[in-house]
Amino acid sequence: MSELAMHEMDVLRSQLAERAAAEGLIDVSYRLVDSPVGQLMLAATERGIVRVAFTAEDFDAVLGTLAEKVGVRVLHRAAPLDAAAAQLDEYFAHSRTGFELSLDHRLSSGYRLEVQLALPKIGYGHTVSYKEMAALTGRPAAVRAVGTACATNPLPILVPCHRVLRSDGSLGGYLGGLEAKKVLLDLEHDRLAGPSS
Amino acid sequence: MTTNPAFELVVRRHGTSVLRMCTALLGPGPDAQDAWSETFLAALRAYPALAAGANIEAWLITIARHKAIDILRANHPVPMDELPESAVLPELTGQLEMLDSLASLSELQRKVIGYHYLLGFPYADIPAFLGGNPASLRRAAADGIKAMRSQHHEAEEES
Repeated sequence: MSELAMHEMDVLRSQLAERAAAEGLIDVSYRLVDSPVGQLMLAATERGIVRVAFTAEDFDAVLGTLAEKVGVRVLHRAAPLDAAAAQLDEYFAHSRTGFELSLDHRLSSGYRLEVQLALPKIGYGHTVSYKEMAALTGRPAAVRAVGTACATNPLPILVPCHRVLRSDGSLGGYLGGLEAKKVLLDLEHDRLAGPSS
Repeated sequence: MTTNPAFELVVRRHGTSVLRMCTALLGPGPDAQDAWSETFLAALRAYPALAAGANIEAWLITIARHKAIDILRANHPVPMDELPESAVLPELTGQLEMLDSLASLSELQRKVIGYHYLLGFPYADIPAFLGGNPASLRRAAADGIKAMRSQHHEAEEES
């Protein structure tokens, strides 16, 4: 396809997304953003941010899951995710320690959701063990279930599952890869340790 | 498959070929772009009700065909009692890439083929849009199809 034809297609696609939004025809809007942990995909419903995905998860596969679980009318549209993109930029630039965004937790349920709702209690730059997290939710024996809840967190970074580690201090797992988890922990640690804080 | 793909993937996969079809029928520019937009907006409205695993390309072609006819009618206020029967050339529905070779035909050949094979107008109705007479238009279409076939075969031999 020529560059002109590609441009024409881009314009047509973004006009389609705007008209679809005006008519309330979009179930899920999504956009991509660059970050120190690689490209991220952000997706939102009319209720709020519903998914943050890492490149390793395969964005097209994530779009497929959103189509299946939320609705097939998934379209690229940046505007509903501008605030989230800006806050993530600030977070990665050390100028933000918490997020003020509406979140749509519909991809989780049961105890997983309970754990994910409790995760923001772990403050910026702090970490807890899977065992402590289980105790924090009032189910001290549910260590393994906490691990599952963290591993299936649909809103990583915004819901800070990266702050949960193994009892021996080793990293445990992470959807975005251990390297990403380490980058996030170092970033938060640096800011707390830095002279400007 | 329990669900159809995310609509974004439908646009990504078929957006270019639908635009090619609209452009072949309506010429490059605003009419083809309008037909494209109306096609995908109508498709988006209806998409949740489309059976899982349906032939999405054929479905889009049907919608695009109606949108193109709407625009042709708006541009050429000629009496037409009913929508023409669908008479899509099988070779064209199988692979919209075939429409690429439409671009190399003369404008008359391209339009006659589009109106007759994609939109389903009988040759007797086409002079209302393009002038000429049914016999000359039929010849133009036959020449165009012949040219497309030979191009298509050359392309296949090369690949």
